[in-house]
Amino acid sequence: MSAILREPWPDLERERGAARFGMWVFLASEALFFGALILAYTANRVLHVQSFALAARETNIIYGTVNTAILLTSSLTMAVAAEAARANLRRLALGGLLLTLVLACAFLAVKGLEYAEDLREQLWPGAHFRLTDPPARIFFGFYWTMTAVHALHVSAGIGVIGWLAWRGWRRQSALCASPAPNAIALYWHLVDVIWIFLYPLLYLPGRA
Amino acid sequence: MNPPSAASILRRNLKVWLALLALLGLTLGLAYVRLGSYGNTVVALSIGAAKAGLVALLFMELRERESLPRLAAVAALLWLAILFTLALADFIARLPLQALHFG
Repeated sequence: MSAILREPWPDLERERGAARFGMWVFLASEALFFGALILAYTANRVLHVQSFALAARETNIIYGTVNTAILLTSSLTMAVAAEAARANLRRLALGGLLLTLVLACAFLAVKGLEYAEDLREQLWPGAHFRLTDPPARIFFGFYWTMTAVHALHVSAGIGVIGWLAWRGWRRQSALCASPAPNAIALYWHLVDVIWIFLYPLLYLPGRA
Repeated sequence: MNPPSAASILRRNLKVWLALLALLGLTLGLAYVRLGSYGNTVVALSIGAAKAGLVALLFMELRERESLPRLAAVAALLWLAILFTLALADFIARLPLQALHFG
């Protein structure tokens, strides 16, 4: 236990509360970071309503929807893992973490297939961009920036969840007494929440 | 209080997951129905907000009545509201009127 309890907290309960609060403050800053991107997107979309709808129709709705379902499911497995760790159910917690890792990698794999198709269809807003409408370039600028920054967050999530699963597999207390599963789960849910908003902004406009 | 059993943890979280997938199906289906000039955007973002609310309250445990996480979450929403209101108020006020007729 002493490896888990650190200075300056008098007991584990206080340490867990501090980890939760610290993570929430970080998540608030993340929300503002993505909020600024979404604000810039909104301002441009208000200026170019028709063009954004036509450009969004070019994104792949199947890859986008499958990836949304994958991330929602990974939030389920992560929530189960964190709760199981708190309830001292080590095997369930480890299983949840491993499933979350598998789903996170599946998300990146689907994203990779999607990017490859986007590039084949010349949707990178460079010299050979296929769409002729100038604001379509702005839409795809946002599409690539937002999905790439989100994918970076998914990759960071894979790193920390992998680290937690590895430590938890080696030692019971690293998983079941530690404040880490709860804090890492909060981060993972925020990555999911950001995608929940990117999906209707990037994939759904212009379908009707 | 006894720690919850594996079955109760799974049962409770599976319900949330089913609700999230149902909302995903709903938002996908409604995206293909013409709902007026602003309708599709409003519906898609409202369903998104509902999904985010489920994740925040149940998976991120904001429902648990612990004040510090709630304080951080509300602070994020407050600053986002200030960011969007001030920026868009200025921005939309400068647009020519015909640009506001959404297709």
